[in-house]
Amino acid sequence: MPLFWLILIVLAVATVGYVLGRSRALASAGGERRKLHSLPSYYGANVAMKAAVPAFLLMIVWLLAQPFYIDNSISGMIPDSAISEGSSRGLVMAEVRRAARGLDNAVAMGEITDDFARNARADFNDITARLKEAGQIVTSEITQPVMRAAQRFRILDATASLIMAIAVLLVAVIGALWGLRETKADFWARNTVEGGVKALLIGAASIAILTTIGIVLSLVFNTIEFFRLYPAIDFFTGLTWSPSFSGRGGSSELGIIPLLWGTFYISIVALAVAVPVGLFAAIYLSEYAGPRVRAVAKPLLEVLAGIPTIVYGLFALLTVGPLLLSVFGDEGIGIMQAGTAVMTAGLVMGIMLIPFVSSLSDDIINAVPQAMRDGSYGLGATKSETVKQVILPAALPGIVGAILLAASRAIGETMIVVLGAGAAARLSLNPFEAMTTVTAKIVSQLTGDADFASPEALVAFALGMTLFVVTLGLNIVALYIVRKYREQYD
Amino acid sequence: MVRKPLPMNEMPNTVEKVTDMTETKIAARKVQVYYGDTHAIQDVDIDIQAKAVTAFIGPSGCGKSTFLRTLNRMNDTIDVCRVEGDIKIDGEDIYDPKVDPVQLRAKVGMVFQKPNPFPKSIYDNVAYGPRIHGLASKKAELDEIVASSLQKAGLWNEVKDRLDGPGTGLSGGQQQRLCIARAIAVSPEVILMDEPCSALDPIATAKVEELIDELRENYTIVIVTHSMQQAARVSQQTAFFHLGILVELGATQDIFTNPQDKRTQDYITGRFG
Amino acid sequence: MTETTLSPAPSSAETPAAPAKGKSLYALDKLTQKRNASETRFKAYGITAILIGLFFLVVLAVSIISEGTPAFTRTVVEVEFAVSQEQFDDAEKQLFKTRAYENLFISGLKQQLDESGVTVPFDEAAIERLLGKPGNTIRSFFRENPDQIGQPVGFELAASSRVDGYMNGRVTRDNIVDSRFLMKSDLDIADALVEAGIIKTAFNWNFITGADSGVDNPGGAGIGASAVGSFFMMLVVLFLSLPIGVAASIYLEEFAPQNRITDMIEVNISNLAAVPSIVFGILGLAVFIQFMHLPQSAPLVGGLVLTLMTLPTIIISTRASLKAVPPSIRDAALGIGASKMQAIFHHVLPLAMPGILTGTIIGLAQALGETAPLLLIGMVGFVARGYPDGLIAGFTEPNSAMPAQIYTWAARADYAFYEKAWGGIIVLLVFLLSMNILAIILRRRFERRW
Repeated sequence: MPLFWLILIVLAVATVGYVLGRSRALASAGGERRKLHSLPSYYGANVAMKAAVPAFLLMIVWLLAQPFYIDNSISGMIPDSAISEGSSRGLVMAEVRRAARGLDNAVAMGEITDDFARNARADFNDITARLKEAGQIVTSEITQPVMRAAQRFRILDATASLIMAIAVLLVAVIGALWGLRETKADFWARNTVEGGVKALLIGAASIAILTTIGIVLSLVFNTIEFFRLYPAIDFFTGLTWSPSFSGRGGSSELGIIPLLWGTFYISIVALAVAVPVGLFAAIYLSEYAGPRVRAVAKPLLEVLAGIPTIVYGLFALLTVGPLLLSVFGDEGIGIMQAGTAVMTAGLVMGIMLIPFVSSLSDDIINAVPQAMRDGSYGLGATKSETVKQVILPAALPGIVGAILLAASRAIGETMIVVLGAGAAARLSLNPFEAMTTVTAKIVSQLTGDADFASPEALVAFALGMTLFVVTLGLNIVALYIVRKYREQYD
Repeated sequence: MVRKPLPMNEMPNTVEKVTDMTETKIAARKVQVYYGDTHAIQDVDIDIQAKAVTAFIGPSGCGKSTFLRTLNRMNDTIDVCRVEGDIKIDGEDIYDPKVDPVQLRAKVGMVFQKPNPFPKSIYDNVAYGPRIHGLASKKAELDEIVASSLQKAGLWNEVKDRLDGPGTGLSGGQQQRLCIARAIAVSPEVILMDEPCSALDPIATAKVEELIDELRENYTIVIVTHSMQQAARVSQQTAFFHLGILVELGATQDIFTNPQDKRTQDYITGRFG
Repeated sequence: MTETTLSPAPSSAETPAAPAKGKSLYALDKLTQKRNASETRFKAYGITAILIGLFFLVVLAVSIISEGTPAFTRTVVEVEFAVSQEQFDDAEKQLFKTRAYENLFISGLKQQLDESGVTVPFDEAAIERLLGKPGNTIRSFFRENPDQIGQPVGFELAASSRVDGYMNGRVTRDNIVDSRFLMKSDLDIADALVEAGIIKTAFNWNFITGADSGVDNPGGAGIGASAVGSFFMMLVVLFLSLPIGVAASIYLEEFAPQNRITDMIEVNISNLAAVPSIVFGILGLAVFIQFMHLPQSAPLVGGLVLTLMTLPTIIISTRASLKAVPPSIRDAALGIGASKMQAIFHHVLPLAMPGILTGTIIGLAQALGETAPLLLIGMVGFVARGYPDGLIAGFTEPNSAMPAQIYTWAARADYAFYEKAWGGIIVLLVFLLSMNILAIILRRRFERRW
């Protein structure tokens, strides 16, 4: 792990810098600490910071940029003729990378010599077989252009890594020297170090923004790629969802409407369960329940929120589904064909959302000032009248916000629908039929063996984009409403 | 400051003197209030006259507000609060199990320290009580109740053009008069006021005091106040509470000019409180 | 409200609002009775709602426990017999060596049956259906322990999953279909072996320590390997999300100026907290695997994705703990000449630490139970075929995680895997429960009210 060693060396440089900086500061004050502007350790920290931070920054940027540079220069090596029908440059490049990694591993395991890996010709040396033997999974026969590209890739990669190591170490040493030069008794070391720490804190805080940018970019680029292969109009208005698993493109129909309908239908069922139960539970807990009932019932309900969704998924598939089937299936009413259905997933999702709705509503109801209640009771209203006519109207915006947040949860929920709702995309009104959702299809399109460049896989990003936009819209509206509501009573 | 509570019989005749003159609306005997383990009110005996203003005065934490809230059982809404003793309104024990606090509170209305209009329109604020108590069967009747209540509360002229506007949009003094109008609208016989002017400026306070004086004609009013001047201005009868006991009760004039108890004297002359 | 203006109000003397005296408090009027009835109804709705919630909780708990406990037991066949040196040499010379050992095993079994006085006819094929191929296990045992030759050795062999199912009621005489896996007649043999005390139920250590088995061997499936995957992921999450989360919270709570960038960060964080987890999976796939070429199915990548997912939770709870430290502490430190940074790192942060740790543990528990994003980055169950060899391999070698392993089992067609899935849930919930209890203890122990 050369990268690992590189990191260690930079850290070592920083440590040495720390010790030197500290002693140099003391020396510059003639051993009298009082003459220093800052504590000696700050002088050390200043040197260490200047050694490590720029070096690591350079390393990160380099590591991100290197694959681009290499991909670009390799990509030019591959003639168009080497790209077979139905394939793409991206796919061939992926193969090149796999082959290069396979060569690396084979060398590391001692199956082939480094020299062999550099010079072997795919068509003479039966490289595919040897790589397979070395346990490096290679999907298809490695052709000569790919082999040459892979060899070039290895060389470029190794050179680039070497240059990076040298550059990083150089930056670290220069940084340390610079820090040492600054180290004098009247240097404001503490302020410099604190400035650095503050920059670090800002960096940490901006990770939230970077994450959002990352999400948006990864969705947007792949979605655009998808729309180049599959018309956007057909995607947004298509009434059929039937991806083909055989060939690439062509025969697939990828209409999002049935998925949106399934998502919507299941969410409605879930909210129909969660909102009344959650709301009444919240009202009871905040207005009626004594402290003892509250102390027991509230945490118990919240246990439901702490259970992982995979558990609910299994519960839907193996408990609720068969139970509903025995009532509504052929032996019962006869309107349900299989255990997986809108009702199954919706019901279980509703159970999951009960504590979500109830604890949010509980907070919001408690935010209604006691004076409102007093005013109402003072006029001779009963508790239920107070709740219905004073508290709920006052809390309404907050509760609407809570319900919107719950809806966004329902729309984005994955495991329950993957296991409980079925796999068939269908436009139907019968809640006892299997339907599927946007999230379930993202999972199934991206976990199969489909390759990333095919519309069948890329469609998942378009689905993800739709999901992201819808939930983001709901969240923004909901958070805005809730925030406005809280300000009203603060 | 620890003093033995003064036994009632040592309190010279004040109660009789007052009750001789008018009809008693509320009669409380041996009232005890506990908050958990705290004995907040001890042995309070009091008679409150009908159609007059009775003021409860005393230093903070003396129990005057607590006692006020026992009179319409508002303390029921506090879990740890317990009330013992006997409180009769028109001879009927309000803590009798047969009494529904809901009906009681329709008869004994309450106005709170801080104006607390509901986040609804002015009209709906006033109409809320009559609606829940079923006092009006027709829209016209309800309109009439709302209008007359607002008139009695002296607010009509200020709000008649914006009954649809939110109650919270009024000024503090207007809000408090709205709350009084809201209380009047259920036709109570008694109105309890818990420091109704403490959150208001002097001009708004003057208006509310004026209103209290007018309401005296038709209602029995009990007012808790921090301000002795206010008690002197609006009340006919004054009760002085200290450390959870009723120290002295008498005609307002007597209490302020000729207090019988040393503690009352100390308080009204500003030596403590 | 419908009307803005009312007709001029009538004079106050004749208004209905004038106090009417005389209604007794003791007499409940009709309306009050009706109102009280509706009050009772309303209260009943509330109680019903609570009971519904608790009912679901109980049903969930009961189904997890009742369906999952069989995964922790397995059916074993215990046979004791000796192999003499000649028998061993003889068997090693034969062409079908394992067959020879199997015959030795069968004769041992017969002997043991005779001793306990139970008779039941069986043949080799039946034994293979009941036990798989025992010959191989026996052969490798004696080859590895030649000193045991000639002495009686007790073998504990796992029964096939169908027999296991028969023992815990999943397979019954009514629902069994004759197949190459198990015949109806085999159940007689099984019953006889039970009677003779040869078939027993034992604790299934393999389920806790083992790795995922193939689709055709539900009996051998274990959750151990994926638990190791989860563990390495949690390490990544802990060591990234705690420092980053604390740093971000300190900045936002103590340093950030009131401006649009700060607002943007705050809005971003609260929105990220509500973004569906699967979107984070897409992010991980596109950024970490497609773009950065990090290894697929690696706990490192899973940990990175889950870090991004839990950061908002940790930031929100950390900020709450920082906010709870009263400003007087900061003022006191600043007053004696500490810099702002020193005041925070020396005084505020240590005081807020219990709250921060509690929030972090709860965030980790959330991450531990997350499934969907892991599926997208390839951490599916069947990848967890063994323990990683070494610390670094633990982060970079393909592995699964407990919830993803459970999902893989649940998605397999064989019913025997469902039992494993439920059992896996018990293991997962035990971890979650201990984390939450730890959080509660931390909170109880160190919580400070100002």
